Formats: sequence, C-alpha cells, structure tokens
Amino acid sequence: MILAAGGIFLLILPRFLGRYFTHLFTMIFFFGYLGTAWNILGGYAGQFSFGHAAFFGVGAFTSTLLQIHLGVNPWIGMFLGGVLGLLLGLFIGSLSFRYGLRGPFFALAMLALAEMLRLVAVEWMAVKYPLGITIPIRDSSLLYFQFASKAPYYYISLFMAAAVLYLTRIIEERRMGSYFKAIRENESAAEALGINAFRYKLWAMAISSFLTAVGGTFYAQYYLNIDEEAVFGVAVSIEVLLGPIIGGAGTVFGPILGATILEFLSEMTRNFLRGYSGVHLMVYGTVLVVVIIFLPSGILGGLQMGYRKLSKGR
Amino acid sequence: MSLPGLPLLLQSIVSGILMGGVYGLIAIGLTLIFGVMRIINFAHGSFMMLGMFTTYWLFIVLGIDPYLSLLISIPLLFVLGLIVERFLIAQVLDAPEYNQLLLTLGISLFIENFALFLWSPNFRALNVPYVKKTATVGTLMISLPKVIAFLFAIFFTVLLYYFLRKTDLGKAIRASSEEKEGALTVGINLRRIYYVAFGIGTACVGAAGTLIAPFFYVNPHVGGVFVITAFVVVVLGGMGNLIGALVGGLIIGLAESLGAAFLPGQLKQFIIYFIFILVLLFKPEGLFERRSG
Repeated sequence: MILAAGGIFLLILPRFLGRYFTHLFTMIFFFGYLGTAWNILGGYAGQFSFGHAAFFGVGAFTSTLLQIHLGVNPWIGMFLGGVLGLLLGLFIGSLSFRYGLRGPFFALAMLALAEMLRLVAVEWMAVKYPLGITIPIRDSSLLYFQFASKAPYYYISLFMAAAVLYLTRIIEERRMGSYFKAIRENESAAEALGINAFRYKLWAMAISSFLTAVGGTFYAQYYLNIDEEAVFGVAVSIEVLLGPIIGGAGTVFGPILGATILEFLSEMTRNFLRGYSGVHLMVYGTVLVVVIIFLPSGILGGLQMGYRKLSKGR
Repeated sequence: MSLPGLPLLLQSIVSGILMGGVYGLIAIGLTLIFGVMRIINFAHGSFMMLGMFTTYWLFIVLGIDPYLSLLISIPLLFVLGLIVERFLIAQVLDAPEYNQLLLTLGISLFIENFALFLWSPNFRALNVPYVKKTATVGTLMISLPKVIAFLFAIFFTVLLYYFLRKTDLGKAIRASSEEKEGALTVGINLRRIYYVAFGIGTACVGAAGTLIAPFFYVNPHVGGVFVITAFVVVVLGGMGNLIGALVGGLIIGLAESLGAAFLPGQLKQFIIYFIFILVLLFKPEGLFERRSG
C-alpha cells in the first residue's frame, strides 16, 4: 500500500519539479541503481569490488561505439554492453575466485582491472577522440534513447532502480540470497554445507557486472559524451560503492538510501561552496569515515541490528 | 636489438633504478603498516602529497631548500600519522578488513579534496636552480634530483632497517608483526606499537614526497599516481616484507622505465597492473619468502 502510494508519488513528481530537481532525482535513482547492482556482489555475496568502473566503462563504450560506427540502436547496444560486461565479470571472477583472492586482495585486483581498461582507453582515445566521444544529437525519441527534456531520463532511471530493487528482493527471498549470505559470513562453512561457493560467487558477479554495464549506457545517453576518466576512472568505482556502504551493504534499500543522502549532501555542498570542484568528495570522505567508525554496517544495517537487540531484550 | 637501441636501454635501466629506489621508500611505509597492523592504507598517497606540498610551500614562502625541508616534512608527517592512527584507525582495528580499507579511503578522499579546496587543482612545479642539472656520462643523462632522491631513499631504508634490527622499539615492532600473541605475552604494548608503526609509515612516505617534489609536479591528486604503484610494489615484495619492498620498488621502477622506452604511451602502466594481477593470483605471498625487517 505504502509502496504503491510512493510509486504513484514518484511517477507524478516530475510535473512539479524544475529541471534542476528532476536532474537531482535522476542522479539519485541512477546511483541507487548502480549501488544496488554493486550490492549484489559486494553486499550480499561479500565480494568487495573496488573496480566496478571496469563494467560501467565497458557498457558505456560498447553502446556508444556501436552506435557511432555501426549505427546500432542504443537499446540494443545497452544489452550488448551488458553482455560484454558480464563476460568480463565472468573472466575476472573465475580467475579471482579460482585462485582464492579474498577481501582486500580481490578489491585491489578489481581496481587494477579497471585501471588497465582505463589506460587502454586513454591510449586509444588520445589518437582518435582527444575530446571524448560525442554521440550525435538526434530527435527526441524513446527509440533513439535521447531526449531534449529531463523527465524521460527521470522515468528511465526510476524504472531501472525499481527493477533492480525488485530483483534484489527476489534474490533475497530465494535460496540464492541465502547462499550469498552464507558465503559472505563464512565461506568454508558454506562449502562444508555443500554450497558451491565458486559457482554462486560467479552468479553474483555475473548479475552485478551485467547491470553495472547497462548503467554505463544510461550514463552515455544522458550526457551524450563519454571519456575514459568519466567512465573508467577510480572515482566511478568509489562513487558506486559509497551508496551501499553508507546506506547499508547487504540490505535491499541500503544503496538507494545511501545514494539519496550522498546526492543531497553533494548538492548542498556545491551550493554552499560554489566554484570549488571536488568539495563534495571531501564531504563524502567525512561521511564515510563517520559511518565506518560509528555504523560499521551502514545506516540500515545499524538500524536492523538495533531492532534485533531491542526485540531480543523484550 | 639493434645497436642504436643500446644507449636507450642503458638510459632506461639507470632511470628505472633511480626511480625504483623512491618507489621502494614509498612502499616500505605501506608494507610496514600492513605487516604490523594488517591494514591496507589507501590514504598513503595522500600523505605523500602532503609531504610534497610541505616542501613546496616551505620553498615558495620561506625559500627553504627542498632537501633541507626533510627536517620538517618527516616529523610533520610522523605526527600526522600518529593523530590519524590514534583517532581514526585505532577505532576499526577489529572491524572487517574491507571496512578498514574503506576508512582509509574516506581519509584519503577527505585529505585530497581538502587540499584541492585549499590549493586548487593547479599543477605546480618547484623551480630550484640546481634541479635542472643533469650529469652526462658517455651517452647517459642522469638528472641530479633523481640521484639525490635515490641516495636519500636508500639511506632512509637502511636507517629504518637498523632501527628495526637494533633498537628495542624496533624489535618490538618486528615481534608484533611476526607473532601478535607472542608479542602480547612478553608484555609488548600493541596499541603503542601500532601507533608508532603507522607514524613511521607516514613519515617514510612524507620523506618520499619531499624527495620527489623537485622533479615531479605537485597537485592534490598526485598521490593517486604513486599509491597504486606502491600497492603493486608491496604485493610483489610480499606484504609486510621491508627488503622485499625495496627490491620490488627497483623491479617496478625498471619495468616502468623499460616499458616507457619500448612501449607506446601509457602502456608501461598497463604492464605494471598486469604484473600486479598475475602476482595476486599466482604468487600472493610475493616473490620472496617472508622475512621481516
């Protein structure tokens, strides 16, 4: 009931919002979407990726290049980018999980992967596209995934966020979600119970990398311009995981809550300290430090634990 | 290889080794912190950047010679390390590994963007008169500040080595790194050891920042360039292995400069990350057997 009311509210919201707030909400849904995708691998399955920019960039580049050079429709490019991202995820995942990379070491390997892709892009772009790749502007239409107004992007990002939240919910209710959590909490114990940890970690990786790459295409179509730093940079990997960490990794709504808090904070600091680029990252850093020290499992994770303690006490 | 390639090869080997010494010094700070506290310090590059800016401002405002500013940057970064350890890192020593990583990430986001706020993203350079000097030996060109940086880096490494070998505090640090419970049983105050080890680690990277400043641009994000290389060096040398970090630094310095000479553009970095992933996958304990100190 509340969900339905909330949904209707969000559907009619753009009618009352100006361009600025429509953009702000689009960013919340978009980073909520990316965070939720990261959360499946990093939050539920406990495989902490520090290089999701690799998948994001693969998605953005695939659909953009296909569109420019072969005239492939961006929606098809979005899907193909997702598939490429998934294949890359399976590749690095099977290597990392086969050789038992865990915790921070997996995180660092993912970081190195994203950086490798960024360097290849730098090298290649410097010759062909020194100013980044611009997608030619066409008529506003759903078919071309290009719109002159902000509202259609708002609805697409809202749909993407809702879909991935629903997917997370399904995963959580099914056996797969329990397997993910078992692997996260104690991998050897999970294996002793007969869970094929390798296989389920790869499942989490596949879902997460596919969705993240799809997000890359949304980014490309929203800004109609991509460059290697914006899609493969370390900053992307960091922004993707901040939402879930702050909101609560391994919870359904944590990433979207985190994204909401971060986007509002970032807008506030930008308004407060105009002309200083990067100041919002200073605030992000502070929030991250505070959350890690005082709410180590994020805001929702902390609430959950507090609730459990209370109900046990009774 | 054809004959004209030979001078280039020699040149790359020399500059690779010189830079490798500095990488070693950066990595030793990182590996010391990891060896003792099991923490991967993402803020390491930010501390280096602070070392560079210390030298930069002392030179610009007070005209202090960059190498003389070591006397200020080292204690400054040591104290800063103590403060960060005491008030932030110490809070998460029992937290899951990735939370520790995230905490240091948060610290680095804060430091770097605060620096950006204060000092703008402009690329700055130290214009010290003798910095442009290069010695020519046959066909070899050797830049003076790189030689100085290398010699200082080796000097600090040796100093740290003897500190860890010969002094009681150093021995206690090594003991805590090798056998935590044992160290506790013989009455070593682990809290204090963590505190000091982190401070020494940041002091090392602060020194490295000062040494690099005369021949590298200074900018709030400069640490990011070095911190990933430092991770590679640390993993290559074996996490927590000091000598391994120095040797790893030299290897990466060489790989980088040879790569720069014989591969186009940024691909030298590509090779380094590739080595990194291979080592993580197939030889996570590093290339050398773990020997602390």
